[in-house]
Amino acid sequence: MDISTTSYKRCELVKVAGRIDSASAPRFEEALQEVLERKRYNIVLDLSGLEYISSAGLRAMVSTQKVCKEHGGQLVLAAVPKAIQEVLDLTGLDALFTAYPDTVSAVGSF
Amino acid sequence: MERSLTVPARFTELAHIAEFIAQAGREAGLDERTLFHVQMAVDEACSNIIEHAYGGESDERIRLSWHCEGEKFVVTIQDWGEPFDPSAVPVPRLDVPLEEVPVGGLGLYIMRKLMDEVTFHFDEVEGNILRMVKRCPR
Repeated sequence: MDISTTSYKRCELVKVAGRIDSASAPRFEEALQEVLERKRYNIVLDLSGLEYISSAGLRAMVSTQKVCKEHGGQLVLAAVPKAIQEVLDLTGLDALFTAYPDTVSAVGSF
Repeated sequence: MERSLTVPARFTELAHIAEFIAQAGREAGLDERTLFHVQMAVDEACSNIIEHAYGGESDERIRLSWHCEGEKFVVTIQDWGEPFDPSAVPVPRLDVPLEEVPVGGLGLYIMRKLMDEVTFHFDEVEGNILRMVKRCPR
């Protein structure tokens, strides 16, 4: 799993690629936690390079969304691959996240 | 024809397990979408075994095997940890407000959603045996 964070004026862009499974989910969670610790609650999660996400990764997304919303912000998704979108739909978690076709429109939404 | 893989109960083995299932899927002629579903169900199952049956990472074993029964792709996963009682895991309610979305039980829920059959069996000698079936018209 590769993860990188870019700060924009109105939001943070977190790009995650590869596999998020139980082995890598703690690192994914830490990266999101680091953003929250900087009191940045508008987050774009760029999933364009994501190959796989397990329930451990989904839990990290849900708990981050909870904190963002508590502080008046939100976590939005960009460029969700088809297979990942199917997992979100299947679990009903799609309802918790606004998704944009690409990072430009996602960053622009804030 | 049956192929098998035995790995220690460590999270770093999950990528190895995914590769084993990918190879199995290719041999069995599964399409990409079906293969993704099987990989995810197996990943969730093995994560649960490490976390719950063995109470964390250890050198204990997880044994996976697969075979085809007509149009059924069958994966069997065996561990020798704590007996698993699926009825003790509450079905997560996902149609609730965000703050009430549960953090547990999601893995088992995903397994049941993605596979056509999920059967748990416990045996004193053989341990926990999980059999998952995916119908795959080829």
